Amino acid sequence: MVPSDLRYTKEHEWVRVDGDLATVGITDHAATLLGDIVFVELPEPGRTLAQFAAFGVVESVKAVSDLYAPVGGEVVEANAALAARPELVNGEPYGAGWMLRVRMGDATQLEALLDPAAYEALVAEG
Amino acid sequence: MTEPSAPLATPLLERHRALGARIVEYAGWLMPVQYAGIMEEHRAVRERAGLFDLGHMGELFVEGPEAGAALARALVTDPPSLAVGRAHYSMICAPDGGVIDDLIVYRLAEDRFLVVANAANAATVSDELAGRINGFRAVLDDRALATGLVAVQGPASAAILGPLTTVDLAALHYYAIAEGEVAGIRALVARTGYTGEDGFEVFVETAEGAALWDALLAAGQPHGLVPVGLGARDTLRLEAGMPLYGSELDRNTTPFDAGLGRVVALDRDTDFVGRAALEAAGAEGPRKALVGLTVRGRGIARHGHPVHAGERRTGVVTSGTMSPTLGVPIAMASVAPGDAAPGTMLEVEIRDARAAVEVVLLPFYRRPR
Repeated sequence: MVPSDLRYTKEHEWVRVDGDLATVGITDHAATLLGDIVFVELPEPGRTLAQFAAFGVVESVKAVSDLYAPVGGEVVEANAALAARPELVNGEPYGAGWMLRVRMGDATQLEALLDPAAYEALVAEG
Repeated sequence: MTEPSAPLATPLLERHRALGARIVEYAGWLMPVQYAGIMEEHRAVRERAGLFDLGHMGELFVEGPEAGAALARALVTDPPSLAVGRAHYSMICAPDGGVIDDLIVYRLAEDRFLVVANAANAATVSDELAGRINGFRAVLDDRALATGLVAVQGPASAAILGPLTTVDLAALHYYAIAEGEVAGIRALVARTGYTGEDGFEVFVETAEGAALWDALLAAGQPHGLVPVGLGARDTLRLEAGMPLYGSELDRNTTPFDAGLGRVVALDRDTDFVGRAALEAAGAEGPRKALVGLTVRGRGIARHGHPVHAGERRTGVVTSGTMSPTLGVPIAMASVAPGDAAPGTMLEVEIRDARAAVEVVLLPFYRRPR
């Protein structure tokens, strides 16, 4: 089961919306597929992201994967804890393993994302 | 258009699936890349023991009164110098000195040798060897598909394998091999590996592979042995500073360029394949040097990342990962010989940034004795 209060991208990012503030991370499914996450590269606060633009990378022991912004806006905060403890993304992908907080420019962009049922179907397809 | 041929499977594929492994196609074989996770598997091998399916490797037996002489002509080493029951690291090179594959050669008897090739090169090496031993009183028996290979690696290896085998492990030196039984199965037991730990590689008939695996897995459980996939095999060998064909070695690299010139036995009379080119390469000195790098800045250096000495591009990363044992990113790189001294600070280009790296002595990890 994926959390029911989030929206998702096809690339396995999630977004939690609180007013115009969006918190972004990667799903448990993505973290499991990647395996042991050992490095996360995130943008500096103040940078402006376009929806679905690459904003960073997540690296497991074996693989490097790009991260895509579920919504556009200004980066307010990047999760500094991940520099020392990237494994939080594996352990708590929807909690302490969050990656970015973004001030959304356009809330209608959320309509382009997958709802929990659609994302769950995507994962089930493999 | 030709259809790609279906991938091969070792006798253990169903075992791996049942153990929850993620299976990938590697060198034409369906192989486990990880079970519980690369970090956990890596640590198990460093601290206890790991069990590896290496059924994809190529086992080539060369037999006959001139088997040694034939191999001395075919390879850059001198297998007749091996005592019976001993092994050495070797390479097969092209006439221009480029490395076709790196190998382990075991002397099983006066007139019988086992050459183990990498999976991706097994067919090429088999064809090359067949051609090169032509004219000698020796025959090549390519038993890659007929042979199963399981490795037990880690400090607990001898305690796990000992009770199961008729081979006297206390008398089996590093880089030695003996025939005997393991769990009642006819086997060749070698004290070799690719992890930097003590350990053994056990060769059996393919049909016996699953029984061997089951016996070792069961015997290893009380010792904390876990199955280990190709992912941790790579991080283990990288920490141990061991080259991987396709990363540190390839057809365009001579053994000297990879820092492995010492492997080439030039002080002998045999006109082995590649001799003239390798003599010249040895005399003029290496064009490149293989070094260890520890990343001091941010990021993980990976295969293919450029390496810079100030504004000058000095080389390229051949392998890189986060070291599970050291907890810092490590890499091997091919750089200009002038930039190879330990302590030299260089930079690796990682995406659009440069990270400071320090040249360090290989290996990154040496097991406590």
